[in-house]
Amino acid sequence: MQLNDLLNHTSEWLKGSGPNSDIIISSRIRLARNLDKFPFPHWANKKQGEETLDSINEGEETLNSIKDGIAKSEFLKRTIFFKLDEMDSVDKQFLVERHLMSLDHAQNTENKAVAIDDEEIVSIMINEEDHIRMQVMQSGFNLFEAWNIIKRIDDSLAKDLNFAFLPDWGYLTACPTNAGTGMRGSVMLHLPALVMTRSIDRVLSAISKLSFTTRGLYGEGTQAMGNFFQISNQVSLGPSEDEIIESINGLIRQIIEQENQAREGLLSKNKPLLEDRINRSLGILKNARIISSQETIELLSMVRLGSDLEMIKDIDRRTINELFIITQPAHLQKIENKKLSPEERDVKRAQLIRSKLNIL
Amino acid sequence: MLCDLCGKNPATVHLTEIIDEQMNELHLCEDCARKKSAAMEQQFGLSDLLAGMAEFDKSGGKELDTGVGVKCPRCGLTYADFKKIGRLGCGECYNAFRKYLAPLLKRIHGSTQHTGKSPVKVTKIMKKKIDLQELRNRLQKAIETEAFEEAAKLRDQIRELEKKENAA
Repeated sequence: MQLNDLLNHTSEWLKGSGPNSDIIISSRIRLARNLDKFPFPHWANKKQGEETLDSINEGEETLNSIKDGIAKSEFLKRTIFFKLDEMDSVDKQFLVERHLMSLDHAQNTENKAVAIDDEEIVSIMINEEDHIRMQVMQSGFNLFEAWNIIKRIDDSLAKDLNFAFLPDWGYLTACPTNAGTGMRGSVMLHLPALVMTRSIDRVLSAISKLSFTTRGLYGEGTQAMGNFFQISNQVSLGPSEDEIIESINGLIRQIIEQENQAREGLLSKNKPLLEDRINRSLGILKNARIISSQETIELLSMVRLGSDLEMIKDIDRRTINELFIITQPAHLQKIENKKLSPEERDVKRAQLIRSKLNIL
Repeated sequence: MLCDLCGKNPATVHLTEIIDEQMNELHLCEDCARKKSAAMEQQFGLSDLLAGMAEFDKSGGKELDTGVGVKCPRCGLTYADFKKIGRLGCGECYNAFRKYLAPLLKRIHGSTQHTGKSPVKVTKIMKKKIDLQELRNRLQKAIETEAFEEAAKLRDQIRELEKKENAA
């Protein structure tokens, strides 16, 4: 498989299926692991910069060891492997837009790589903040399924690779905030009704008091856009993986209930207003000739709500999910197969949206 | 909407700054946002936060061992380096700085005892130790919830395991 094949493929997490997929877009489990005999990536790079030319490059050795480990894993037979310093900037951004790697990973690409399975369920970043950051994504509210998949991958890698681990402190990570299980469970939610009813701040502040974090669409350091929120655990040492997932699930179930109540409230009190906003959003998407990615996301969020509430019946969730991804800058440029200026992208984006929504 | 800082590119990043309880909304283009976030990182990054948490140990007025001079024998990172960059150098650092990291981990996670999964290859001895700790935790919980029958069973299991460990 080549990178370009991904273009014609719907990522597993975008399928719009799975439990509670009206409110929950996707569930993701990430594990951080490090090899016990090599320094963590930032320190290996720093040391490499200071040492003489004939000394071994520990970052590169780490990369090669992990690459071998992946090749031997029975669960990672169908992965493709990309070295980041061999990729152009559009391709790197393309993977970020598909949530297959972090924004951080795309910068300072020395000795970095990413391995992706052909269904885009598994992705493994090598030499990001830790030697290994592996993730498994599932559509809908499905953290336990993601955990069941990733723990087998983790075990298969541990047969070949020696991970830094202490019995009392668990898996050792570059930053102590990830030590222990090395696990972060995240759920991406679409909460338009809580935002519209201005209840979202109350919900988010309650979440942070419970030692969970909220992030935007693209993870760490990104702002919430289009009413999408990513919620994940902060504590990784102490509770077991199952306990962490159970606690996230408990919180998510409450948020789902709150969002559903807010949706019902809007429907009973402000139905005409809601219908107007949803249909105007669809109208703009179907007719615009120039549109930014920000506006696209905001309008698609309304259309998604309309589809959930069956106010819009002829556009399915999968098409809407797909539009969120393929209208982003790197995706547009991959589709057109050339570099586009922001102005050119806004025109192409509007064209693509019209073609996807008007054939129905 | 155009970027508040350069006024040239369209604003795609929306920031809320709170300075002296005054809320301020900023709408930035990608380039300016990147510069801004780098500046904010410098002002108050994660490393400062972690270092600040470690500093708490100085409370009490008396001179305390802050560990700044301690160096990891494997990778050469010093505890002072860690305080500056907020990242450790290698797995061995956790042993080298154990004394200073224990309170920090406790503060971050509320616990210093891993109960989750372990690598398949971790030796059986380690595995036994982990099992023993797990049983002790369960015993603690059983006592707290006054499940005394369960507690008695767990106590016997723990004794059994301890005996085996001492024999080995």
